[in-house]
Amino acid sequence: MSLQVEISKKLGNFTLDVAFSATDEILAILGASGCGKSMTLKCIAGIEKPDKGRIVLNDRVLYDSAAHINLTPQQRQAGYLFQNYALFPNLTVDANIGVGVKAPAAAKRQIINEKIKEFYLEGQENKFPHQLSGGQQQRVALARMLAQQPQLIMLDEPFAALDNHLQWQTEQQIRRIFDSFSGTVLFVSHNRDEVYRLCDRAAVLDHGHIDFISDKHSFFDSPRTAASAQLTGCQNISSATKIDAHTVIANDWQLSLTTKAIVPDDIAYVGYRSHYLYPATSIGGNVYPLKIKRIIEDSFSMIILMVNPDNSSDNAPTIRWKVDKNIWQDNYHEQQIVNIGFNPEKIMLLNK
Amino acid sequence: MQLSPLIISLQVACVATFITFFCGIAAARLVLKIKKGQNLLDVLFTLPLVLPPTVMGFFLLLVFGTNNPLGQLLATFGIKVVFSLGGAIIAAATVSFPLMYRTARGAFEQIDINTIYAARTLGASEQWIFWKLIVPLSGPGIIAGTILAFTRALGEFGATIMLAGNIPGKTQTMSVAIYTAVQAGNRQLAYQWVAIICTISLITILLMNYWSNYQKRRQQREVKL
Repeated sequence: MSLQVEISKKLGNFTLDVAFSATDEILAILGASGCGKSMTLKCIAGIEKPDKGRIVLNDRVLYDSAAHINLTPQQRQAGYLFQNYALFPNLTVDANIGVGVKAPAAAKRQIINEKIKEFYLEGQENKFPHQLSGGQQQRVALARMLAQQPQLIMLDEPFAALDNHLQWQTEQQIRRIFDSFSGTVLFVSHNRDEVYRLCDRAAVLDHGHIDFISDKHSFFDSPRTAASAQLTGCQNISSATKIDAHTVIANDWQLSLTTKAIVPDDIAYVGYRSHYLYPATSIGGNVYPLKIKRIIEDSFSMIILMVNPDNSSDNAPTIRWKVDKNIWQDNYHEQQIVNIGFNPEKIMLLNK
Repeated sequence: MQLSPLIISLQVACVATFITFFCGIAAARLVLKIKKGQNLLDVLFTLPLVLPPTVMGFFLLLVFGTNNPLGQLLATFGIKVVFSLGGAIIAAATVSFPLMYRTARGAFEQIDINTIYAARTLGASEQWIFWKLIVPLSGPGIIAGTILAFTRALGEFGATIMLAGNIPGKTQTMSVAIYTAVQAGNRQLAYQWVAIICTISLITILLMNYWSNYQKRRQQREVKL
């Protein structure tokens, strides 16, 4: 059971050009908005037609431009959860779930009843979508998608339209679906935490191209491009120049950094996560004096924006330092110079 | 007072609206479905709305006249369109068609395209999507279009008099009867027909408003549940 995708599609100035394959796994497609995530899913579902390429699902050719094969969405058996759920407003919950069920009446009834029970929709059967809460609507959409017994599941930003507390409940629901579904799951998101919690592997889509695919641990620990580092939540990214095998200059911050890993020749950026910065007593090694420009109070942490004191310009690039409120002692103030260290092991070396 | 113009008018308006209902919906579906030539077809379908009804009537006369292939073909089957009740129906249907087509199209375009995509990925047939999803979801728009088409068909004058003429008891509708009465100096009769047409139009609009208010109330009630 697997999915192979290799498609390209031109839309005005934007070119979507993606190639990836997935086994029975949960593959996240991570990307900023407008990077082509939804378009990729729509091409796989058959809603949009790529210009050329090939899509194969479980040895079934869904699309092949060379062989002139283009199955209709109806023939593809690909489950698609839309961002706004796209429930049928004129049909009851019961009828919504039943749309995709191809079975004789009695068997169909049974499948619908199972899904209603599985998704805690008892008592809602005869209601219309607009009479349901956001969370219930999403459960109906999930039930409807699974009732058709799809060979592939695609979720397009499933949590985007939900409140925070509902997101967590829904996530547990989706986790259970993933556990019981034997097939490929594509999970489109722009939220790194969701991806980390739910998926096995992650692909980064940037401007219509897949930057790279890797398992989620290496993806978060050592992203390879600036775009992926940004998507994993790295807030300190500076352009960089290689000096020698273990030294780079972070051009934006005007700092020379020693790295543990060998600096590749094609390095273009360095990244450093804001919570890995640490205060140090003496200068030297990777420790530099930085000037506090601003202190911002966040919900559970303090965000300190710092600049290189040598750079007197007003819009000098800032370095973000995040300190947990639990360990925050009120001994910093704006304009103060503090000694800040960069851990050589935590410096991310990025290309592009 | 002869009641025949009232009966003829209602007959013509009902049958013409029936035809327009299906043709208008089908035309709207066609225009939204095709990829090329959308604009050209739209112009063609909207033309009867902007052309003077007499010009439409003249075109219809050209098409259905016995000097032309279609008219001749129909004549061999014993069907005469010109100066007949059928002609009045065709004239009314042609002139009211764009109203149905335009409102239906507008209503179809309002539907969230994702619901249609979702139905496709769920394996629903295009027939099902159209009749069970698109048409019900455009219900209010389609009903408004039908009412507009009906009132337009009921009051049709120009194209009707060109194609169907003014034969009392056969093709003379209420609008034509008013014209004839005024021409003949029979003010009394004209007043009567004007009163009847005003009453019917007024009732139609009241029914339409009542119905749309009822829909609004029903929706509000459902939201509260």
